[in-house]
Amino acid sequence: MKTAVNKFRDGFRARLRHPFSLLAFLLVWAAMLLTVAILAFIVIHILVNGIPYLTPSLFEWEYTSDNCSVVFAIINTLNIVGMALLIGVPIGIFAAIYLVEYAKRGNRVVRIIRLTTETLSGIPSIVYGLFGFIFFNNALGWGYSMMSGSFTVGIMILPLVIRSTEEALKSVPDSFREGSFGLGAGKLRTVFRVVLPSAIPGILAGIILAIGRVVGETAALIFTAGSITKVASGLFGAGRTLAIHMYLLSNEGLHVNESYATAVVLLVTVLLINLLASFVAKKLQKKF
Amino acid sequence: MNTKIDVKNVDLFYGDFKALKNINMSFKEKEITALIGPSGCGKSTLLKSINRMNDLVEGCRVTGSITLDGKDVYKDVDVTELRKRVGMVFQKPNPFPMSIYDNVAYGPRTHGIRKKSALDELVEQSLKGAAIWDECKDRLKKSALGLSGGQQQRLCIARALAVHPEVILMDEPTSALDPISTLKIEDLMSELKEQYTVIIVTHNMQQAARISDKTAFFLLGELIEMGDTEEIFSNPKEQKTEEYITGRFG
Repeated sequence: MKTAVNKFRDGFRARLRHPFSLLAFLLVWAAMLLTVAILAFIVIHILVNGIPYLTPSLFEWEYTSDNCSVVFAIINTLNIVGMALLIGVPIGIFAAIYLVEYAKRGNRVVRIIRLTTETLSGIPSIVYGLFGFIFFNNALGWGYSMMSGSFTVGIMILPLVIRSTEEALKSVPDSFREGSFGLGAGKLRTVFRVVLPSAIPGILAGIILAIGRVVGETAALIFTAGSITKVASGLFGAGRTLAIHMYLLSNEGLHVNESYATAVVLLVTVLLINLLASFVAKKLQKKF
Repeated sequence: MNTKIDVKNVDLFYGDFKALKNINMSFKEKEITALIGPSGCGKSTLLKSINRMNDLVEGCRVTGSITLDGKDVYKDVDVTELRKRVGMVFQKPNPFPMSIYDNVAYGPRTHGIRKKSALDELVEQSLKGAAIWDECKDRLKKSALGLSGGQQQRLCIARALAVHPEVILMDEPTSALDPISTLKIEDLMSELKEQYTVIIVTHNMQQAARISDKTAFFLLGELIEMGDTEEIFSNPKEQKTEEYITGRFG
């Protein structure tokens, strides 16, 4: 904190003679402070309101309307996140590899895929929810289930994964590819041994964003995974996630405090999942 | 000396642009040939068409024939096999973001060598061959990106040597390096020619004069003159060559 203050003071003094430069300097700092302040405000607000209600009864195995347990919702959330990633990430990464490494530039198929992914990323999640409800729940007869829910959000995170993987692959210098081809390696080997390992940090950033979207998703899941207050009984069992749980608790108006406590749990869950994701990525990528 | 590579009536197009015009030349075994000429004259393009790195460029088309030991590299040789036999060192050192060991072992592994003992030996041999073994034998498992620029370039040469090529193409291998590293690589090149056929593109006339046996001068996609290096630098036949090597243009 001290160094930040010092930096601000030094920067301010250095620009005293240049009014426009000073103005830009102040704007940049203001924007930075505002961003941090908003985040801090939200987090503190949730913590202050939620932590007092983090009682042991909140973590009892069985949910009752008295204890408002969140344990089942945590398990359902992890379940949906895991399955959605299992569905969305491989498809997304392979699609991006095709787009960047294999497809010719300006190819018609590529344009269509780009248009499709951009459109997909712009669709409101409630539309995904309705689609999932009609297609997975009804047409395929999966009903309210973890399967329907994770397929729906798995499709939802596809554009995100494709985009971030594409950017990560594009940022790998061509000289790596040339070096590999120059040694007689084929495309497949070049992509998987040289390009992909260098792109892991960028891909991971996309996956973390995707996790955030899944954990925070309500509209798409309420129609597909259902809102039963139980741990889903297998892949085709229904159950609500943390975000839906929060929404319904505060919607009913009887358990607003528990809803805040659930929000704290949600924050911690996201944090833990992200830590786990970066840990896994570090294991995948040898340290270079 | 036998002819290793023979280039006959080669035209090369990037889309509509004709980058090489009717090139005819041959490269002898175990000699260093330097390709010189101003920027954009086609010397790198010619180099890259020998191991077909131009295949990666969209809209690139080659007519005529380039043969390696009498076989047409565009028709009779598999591209993987070709690039194994014709190694390449690039302008900027481009070690992969892996350990030094894995960098050198990448080529042999690509061509199916899996045995640890065989790889160990190849890595040592190649690093010695590129005169960098002493500097990195204690840090083989460390990242190659921690080496200096000159060391990285010698590592890239070691990486090329590890697949036992017959020809080594070098595309301005010292242009991104400091004078001392450059000197080391030049020394290395004169050692390499004992075993390998070396073709080097260079902007540095003194370098061409110092290290090469043959020199070829290119201008605007045409081969103006090729001959013994001494001859080219002391007594060029073409006026254009003389003007270029004496620094009147270029």
